[in-house]
Amino acid sequence: MKAKIVITPKKAVLDPQGKAVQNALEHMGYGGIQAVHVGKYMEIEIDGERESVRKQIDEACHKLLSNPVIEDYHFQLE
Amino acid sequence: MNFAVLQFPASNCDQDAVHAIRVLGHKSRYVWHKEKSLSDADAVIVPGGFSYGDYLRCGAIARFSPVMQAVQQFAANGGLVLGICNGFQILCEAGLLPGALIRNRSLQFRCELVYLKTLTTDSPFSNLAPPGELLRIPVAHGEGCYFADEATLAKLKAKRQILWLYCNDRGEATQSAAPNGSLWNIAGICNERRNVGALMPHPERACETLLGSADGRLIFESMVRALEMRTEAQAA
Repeated sequence: MKAKIVITPKKAVLDPQGKAVQNALEHMGYGGIQAVHVGKYMEIEIDGERESVRKQIDEACHKLLSNPVIEDYHFQLE
Repeated sequence: MNFAVLQFPASNCDQDAVHAIRVLGHKSRYVWHKEKSLSDADAVIVPGGFSYGDYLRCGAIARFSPVMQAVQQFAANGGLVLGICNGFQILCEAGLLPGALIRNRSLQFRCELVYLKTLTTDSPFSNLAPPGELLRIPVAHGEGCYFADEATLAKLKAKRQILWLYCNDRGEATQSAAPNGSLWNIAGICNERRNVGALMPHPERACETLLGSADGRLIFESMVRALEMRTEAQAA
């Protein structure tokens, strides 16, 4: 099974990377961009029963893969 | 006094910290990240660098190392722990200090001397800071922008846990004085119990006038003073 995890900066957190990317896109002529947020994408290949895997990945996201002070996460199992 | 200076893979300010403590006339030794004990340490320094390559997030992997479990226990028993730069990031990730350190607002790695204003001398890390005088200490980091939510910031202020602010040469905490865009210009904080403290600037690089400033001594000497006062209190 594969866990596909997306980690993004919380809305209230300053995201200078997102801002820099937004500026670059605007300089390139892309119009109408409201905001850009730069996050992380991870894939974890893992074996096990679906519910138990879901629980483990959720715990790992909370403890290590994201920092709850500054980041949100969501994931899906495939 | 015996200082333990932690060493993670890719720590790079550990030798400077050990040297600075020895220059001040105290004992200092390295403790490898796989060690499970701090042995007879009176105080712990979590030094700067790029522990575990800064992979995932700065300090995120270091916090799970065996030595950090010993540091958690040491801090829980009231031991003095000082984090410097990457050490600050590690202590935040470990939950020993509130908030987080994120990418500098300018996106630049900043390496320069800054002025620091001490907000309180009521801590083991700042008790010798002369009132009204600024400290001149270098920073060198790319991810030192202090962030915490409003409630945490309010609590830090109310409990006088903010130890140092970045300021200009007149002592004004202006936005341009913070090299990293830290909220409220925060450069260093301590925990509520006041035994765990940290700052992004490098006091260990400012302990000899030959290096441009010896103001960093005040931070280590404050720790020594706090430890001496504890010993005196225990003897009394």
